[in-house]
Amino acid sequence: MALTGDNGRGRVRASLPPWIKTTALTIGSIAMTMLGLLFVTFIIGRVMPIDPVLAIVGERASQSTYDAVFLELGLDKPLVVQFGYYIWDVLHLDFGTSLLNARPVSEDIARVFPATLELATLGIIIGIVIGVPLGVVAAARKGSWIDQVARVLALVGYSMPIFWLGLMGLLIFYGILGWVGGPGRVGIFYVDVVPSVTGLILVDAALDGNWDVFKNAFSHIILPASLLGYFSLAYISRMTRSFMLEQLSAEYITTARVKGMSEWDVIWKHAFKNIRVQLITVIALSYATLLEGSVLTEIIFSWPGIGSYITTALLSADMNAVLGGTVVVGLIFILLNIFSDLLYKVFDPRAK
Amino acid sequence: MNTFARLLTGAAIGVAVSVTSFAAVAETPANMLVIAHRIDDVTTIDPAESFEFAGSDISRNVYGRLVSLDPNDLAAGYKPDLATSWEVSEDGKTITFTMREGVTFHSGNPVTAEDAAFSLQRAVILNKTPAFILTQFGFTAENATETIRAEGNTLMITTDKRYATSFVLNCLTATIGAIVDKETVMANEVDGDMGNAWLQTNSAGSGPYKLDSWKPNESVTMSSNPDYYGGAPAMERVIVRHVLESASQRLLLERGDIDIARNLNPEDIAGASQADGVKIEDELKGRLMYIALNQKHPELSKPEVRQAFKYLIDYEGMRDSFLKGQYTIHQNFLPATYLGASEENPFSYNIERAKELLAAAGVEDLEIEIGVREAQERIEIGQSFQNAAAQAGITVNITVGTAKQILARYRARELDVYLGAWGPDYPDPQTNAGTFAYNPDNSDEANATGLLAWRNSWDTGGLTEKVDAAVVENDRDTRIQMYQDIQAEFRETSPFVIMFQQIEQSALRDNVTDWSTGQAVTSAAYWQVTK
Repeated sequence: MALTGDNGRGRVRASLPPWIKTTALTIGSIAMTMLGLLFVTFIIGRVMPIDPVLAIVGERASQSTYDAVFLELGLDKPLVVQFGYYIWDVLHLDFGTSLLNARPVSEDIARVFPATLELATLGIIIGIVIGVPLGVVAAARKGSWIDQVARVLALVGYSMPIFWLGLMGLLIFYGILGWVGGPGRVGIFYVDVVPSVTGLILVDAALDGNWDVFKNAFSHIILPASLLGYFSLAYISRMTRSFMLEQLSAEYITTARVKGMSEWDVIWKHAFKNIRVQLITVIALSYATLLEGSVLTEIIFSWPGIGSYITTALLSADMNAVLGGTVVVGLIFILLNIFSDLLYKVFDPRAK
Repeated sequence: MNTFARLLTGAAIGVAVSVTSFAAVAETPANMLVIAHRIDDVTTIDPAESFEFAGSDISRNVYGRLVSLDPNDLAAGYKPDLATSWEVSEDGKTITFTMREGVTFHSGNPVTAEDAAFSLQRAVILNKTPAFILTQFGFTAENATETIRAEGNTLMITTDKRYATSFVLNCLTATIGAIVDKETVMANEVDGDMGNAWLQTNSAGSGPYKLDSWKPNESVTMSSNPDYYGGAPAMERVIVRHVLESASQRLLLERGDIDIARNLNPEDIAGASQADGVKIEDELKGRLMYIALNQKHPELSKPEVRQAFKYLIDYEGMRDSFLKGQYTIHQNFLPATYLGASEENPFSYNIERAKELLAAAGVEDLEIEIGVREAQERIEIGQSFQNAAAQAGITVNITVGTAKQILARYRARELDVYLGAWGPDYPDPQTNAGTFAYNPDNSDEANATGLLAWRNSWDTGGLTEKVDAAVVENDRDTRIQMYQDIQAEFRETSPFVIMFQQIEQSALRDNVTDWSTGQAVTSAAYWQVTK
């Protein structure tokens, strides 16, 4: 980066401090947010009306088995000490052992997270590729049929229960038409066929050169991803439309039109350029929501991702897994926020 | 809008055309069994620790035992497995098993009496949740090496007193009786855990299947053991896929992508039974639904009142409505398919009879609290009961809570009435007889929270001694008669209103034969399945 010199507008900066200050502030706020998150998750874990020991040993266990596990979990120590241990472990990326399957929670999360990442990424791409142009065109042709379509799409996206829509999608495209694969990430015959390198099955299949698995995995992901894509599309297109309308009613647009600029240039080069920054926030937020685990989508499609992982853990009182999952999800939110902040700075000269 | 309407019409026609061309049903490979099942209860697959349904399914197919149940003939009871025969000593306390020759573990190591001794000792020493199934015979961590020992090709176990041989052997068919490969397990020992951490996610058995992988909440895959002593199973690969949603399971089945769906709700069972190429099979499971009256309550402890409540349940109405297909009427503490189970169900919904009994006991304006755990069917049973009780002049207040809230009060003997479920722990009648009809010390200090009779403060009026006698009776037919007598008395005198027994319905592709979920006594078996 040109820390000194011409930054394009003739102003010259000579010193580092603002950068350092911003970085320090950012790191500080991440740390504080994380600490707050850890504190809240810890407290929730302790006040839940669930006995973690009973969850492990079951109702029939003898008192001696119960006591052994109680001590093993450190539940005899004061809360402050337990919180201290908790922070220390989390700093080492150690979320403890899942109470329910005896594996390290961090390993579980490393296994389930790529499934969600893959699904959410494809979902958000679909949402952006369709949602943004749709929103722009709807704003440019306000009141036209395409605007109506966009509005209906958004409305349906908001009001239709995802559970129902998912099942209907499965019923029609998988059950009746057989166009797509059913529940799960890959057909049952392809389970464990390609070695897991990244955990993203499409990428792993491509790396392995196994196009049968790739095609099969794609046929499984396309429906849930489209469903998620549709929901983010509904949100993204609506926001794009309203941002665009705001711009299009601005004076500089009128000026541009009066000057005889083509409609295409007015919309894409002038107005759209000015909403990019706002759009980034909207998309980052949408993406975070998808990554946080679209629980119902994952459940309907038997998608072994972080959403269904946390839900299952919660239902079976596996507090280590719940806390680990929550911390990871919180971290994603924080990181995406920072990322959108950074992009803000890149695109918006005023933020510099 | 015209364009929009045209678009919609076009799409509708497109869908309609495609529907009529109905995609062909896929088919799973002939040598592969694919099952959709909820497997999120699997917490460990170490047989010394595993105590959940889906985990027991894995163990049953991966591990051999000294004796086990034949999935095609469960009524016959235990049969030789890794032990070919056994002898009981004169004093009835030592059983000597002769091991089957020439059997190997999946690792290639031979299965020896030493492995069998190690497996049982290990389960006793680790003392995990299901350990009581073995330790009730007097085995302890301290005496395990003396009471369970190998000599040449034989394994000897010595119990603390004489028990019915059938009781001991039935317990050895449980998951905890699995024989593990000592050499492989000890090679993976960490900090003196006898391989526990390793076996939680790996297997070391000699059974018809080898475990390839278990991914929690995702899948279990197994491949057949071609060297299985009983012959290589027809299904070379078994995949159990975790599918939470009933509707998704049904779709997978109807599309032919799976062979068996195990968790369909009544609506989906009804729907699937209409589909081409699908059949439904019912099996009785061990879970019982019951209502119990706390005998500390002065009114509830009157014999006529205990009787009256047995007429305040709309057994048929519930079975035929919200429990449809999932439960059958059963009024005895031994689930049908158990040794000694009784088919007698003398009570029916009869408000008048209940009123007479209440009047005879001098009960008027009774108001009681019933504790119900937060589960749909239980709440519905509670409401049906509340409604019937009101007609007989009893006010029932339903308290719904989480397992922890309600169970804690039940175990502390604080609830007036508890509505709940109970499943047997091991395949011998002693499991439920010892819980429902056995209470040697009814004092608060005894704190016998594991006994349901104690939780309800019920002094069994002589049944405790009869249960003690039945568990040491060595003649099988006499033993069966003893349990039937105990249950006959229990039906009339106990404060337990046993109502229903669970049915598991599996939906299968119609080419699948010999499927067994193990009935009430054991778990699912895959090796006898053909298609």
